[in-house]
Amino acid sequence: MEMKNASAGTLESGDIMIQIAPTDKEGLQIDLTSSVADQFGKQIRKVITETLEGLGIDKADVKAVDKGALDCTIRARVTAAAVRATGKDVWK
Amino acid sequence: MRNTKVVSLEEAIRRSGLKDGMTISFHHHFRGGDKVVNLVVAKLAEMGFKNLHLAASSLSDVHAPLIEHIRNGVITKISTSGLRGELANEISHGLMEEPVVFRSHGGRGSAIASGELHIDVAFLGASSCDELGNASGCPRSENAKSICGSLGYALPDARYADHVVILTDDLVAYPNVPKSISACDVESVVVVDSVGDSSKISSGAIRDSKNPRDILLAQQAAKVIINSGYFKDGFSIQTGTGGASLAAVKFIRESMIEKGIKASFALGGITAHMVKLHEEGLIGRLIDVQSFDKVAAESIAHDQLHQEVSSVEYASAEHEGSAVHALDIVILSALEVDVNFNVNVLVGSDGIIRGAIGGHPDTAEDSALSIIVCPLLRGRIPCVVPKVTTLITPGKGVDVVVTEYGIAVNPLRPEIAGRLKAAGLKVVDIHDLAAKATSIIGEPDALPFGDKVVGIVMDRHGKVLDQIRNIVK
Amino acid sequence: MMFVPGNNPGMMADAHIYGPDSIMLDLEDSVTMAEKDAARLLVHNALKSIDYGDTEMVVRINPLNTPYGKKDVEAVVKAGVDVIRMPKTETADEVRELEAEIIKVEEELGCVGRTQIMAAIESALGVVNAYAIATASKRMMGIALGAEDYSANLKTQRTPGGAELLLARETIVVAARAAGISCFDTVYSNLDDMETFRKEVELIKTLGFDGKSIINPRQIEVVNSVFAPTQKDIDKALKIIAAIKEAQAKGSGVIAVNGKMVDRPVVIRAERTIALAIASGILNKEDVL
Repeated sequence: MEMKNASAGTLESGDIMIQIAPTDKEGLQIDLTSSVADQFGKQIRKVITETLEGLGIDKADVKAVDKGALDCTIRARVTAAAVRATGKDVWK
Repeated sequence: MRNTKVVSLEEAIRRSGLKDGMTISFHHHFRGGDKVVNLVVAKLAEMGFKNLHLAASSLSDVHAPLIEHIRNGVITKISTSGLRGELANEISHGLMEEPVVFRSHGGRGSAIASGELHIDVAFLGASSCDELGNASGCPRSENAKSICGSLGYALPDARYADHVVILTDDLVAYPNVPKSISACDVESVVVVDSVGDSSKISSGAIRDSKNPRDILLAQQAAKVIINSGYFKDGFSIQTGTGGASLAAVKFIRESMIEKGIKASFALGGITAHMVKLHEEGLIGRLIDVQSFDKVAAESIAHDQLHQEVSSVEYASAEHEGSAVHALDIVILSALEVDVNFNVNVLVGSDGIIRGAIGGHPDTAEDSALSIIVCPLLRGRIPCVVPKVTTLITPGKGVDVVVTEYGIAVNPLRPEIAGRLKAAGLKVVDIHDLAAKATSIIGEPDALPFGDKVVGIVMDRHGKVLDQIRNIVK
Repeated sequence: MMFVPGNNPGMMADAHIYGPDSIMLDLEDSVTMAEKDAARLLVHNALKSIDYGDTEMVVRINPLNTPYGKKDVEAVVKAGVDVIRMPKTETADEVRELEAEIIKVEEELGCVGRTQIMAAIESALGVVNAYAIATASKRMMGIALGAEDYSANLKTQRTPGGAELLLARETIVVAARAAGISCFDTVYSNLDDMETFRKEVELIKTLGFDGKSIINPRQIEVVNSVFAPTQKDIDKALKIIAAIKEAQAKGSGVIAVNGKMVDRPVVIRAERTIALAIASGILNKEDVL
């Protein structure tokens, strides 16, 4: 999919900052920084991957800086970054 | 005067007869501003000492320079109530060969008094001291710059250590009275530029939390107290210094005024909030092991009804006369509480040591009513969990847990649950709180603990309660 | 009704723990143009995932004549919001336009009629049209005053006594009562002046409002304490409710307390007192049943 660099989210407590960039490499490269990486790192990566795949994105560099966001927030921020990166909105 | 007690730090160390392998001790009344530990240990390193046991009443962020002294073999063993910052982080990852021994304040006092924790040389900072060694945490001259108020945690060290060195940045004329530490217990006095950074020793005026969650928790905690059956004329109380704990005092005060109820005493770490209630005539006496802010430190210097106590007199399980035995209500915080009401205040849910035992188990066990105030979640970190990462305060001493999602009462105290329900409070099963946390944040993965024991938690009676293992990165 | 900025996930995660009757997640004034898309997604996902319990969930959308309004409607209706709050409502037609947008999405989802509407009246024209707005759709559940825009529109400013708002407030209450829907007063934004806030809440309660909009959990207690009925009121109301049940059990249409006949308005007031007592946390729901 055509895409440009884009980001969404903040570094406030309870939020997550997602940056998406195009890449030549195959698959999703997720670079995650989180204060709860030991306990929730796998889950956060899973939500990011599922959300992007759900939007038809299977190839991108993703940088995520997590401040204890809940799954629903991660989903919203990843979607917002993806929409901004591809210009393809999820609403009619 | 004819005395020769006032000497340089090096001379004081030489005179003390300190040898490799011995135990040195410190207090933590200068909190995050402490300069004594780093100063003394740097001198000991310079003089070539090795293999020392550092027994502090507590250690904090400011003691990160100890990392180098541990690597160089100057310090090979630590006993303390708590660890924070980079030192705690390194130790959690396995910096030391020998595990750190953690004790509560009461447990440390008892261990020193019984000889189980024998101190060879105590290095005790004082805000003022005369040349014979009468020392105090109160200011006694215009030059006073590092004021901490009570020296409660240093008193067992002064009394039981083989050799006592006072470090002060304000040497005053004899007699420095009223004194906390008696000249009869002191061998040397060392004058230094500064024992502590006053801006980090204590905060100034009362700061009321504006965090709505703290206020909500405080309101709930106050309602628990007011309806617990223990809120009656002559009651006694201890609170922590967290935002919710301090805000609770405000609500309790309103209710005391409204109902005409007065407290006999407030215990423990004394804050400006407690001083205010005392000065308004709502609290008869302040029993102070640690003065948390400038207002408290000023009050203890001038008010006869605001009394210093040692950690033994405060919270020892072994001494029947210790104040916790007379304590009705205590409000405490927690990093984690589990479904069996066990509490952890020492190790973060990332497995890194980031706190202090303090008087938590002492007051929880001996008070008539112990209330833990903690949010269900801190970000994505659960505070009500199936099992605590590290056991600090056994659940049998914990009566009520207040969270923003409801109040859990220990099944051992059905009468309290009954009173709170009758007052219309939202009493819930603690298992439901743990389940609620999981439903919001999901199931956390297990922490990557290694096999090395980096800490041993002693209970207040001197038995091993739990072990802390290293965290693998 | 507690306002929560729609682009602040930390505040959205636990806004319900403070016990507001309803939470209004805001996509309008508290969200910058650049963040409208992200806030919409955040609110959508929060409504779908977070268990807000019994709290009524309201979302303030952007006006339909902006590029954001229609997408907002789609996002929040799809997430199952209880109430859409339309800002700056001036005519009944605007309400009907919103209703049409809602129906489009609801038809797609197969849940026509689920979403209610609250209209915020924030201009002189809106006040003049208050009754028409209140009756524009059967989805209308309430009207609310937005005082900042309204006082600017009047070419005046807000004062502590609120004299400039009096006509608007009274008009909105009267329109809501005539239409049989609820009415909510505007926010008070100085968090450090709880005394003036309390006076304002006392005033709007006297005027007949059902509730107050707030911007911080710290204001909830004041609103609850002003709106809370006294124990005497509650005891009286409980007696009346008991009498109704007794009459129903007997199959009698006549309700009597202490030998006196009880009129219909008295019954309505008693029910309202009980509802307020429950909402204020003085009375447990279980105790009334």
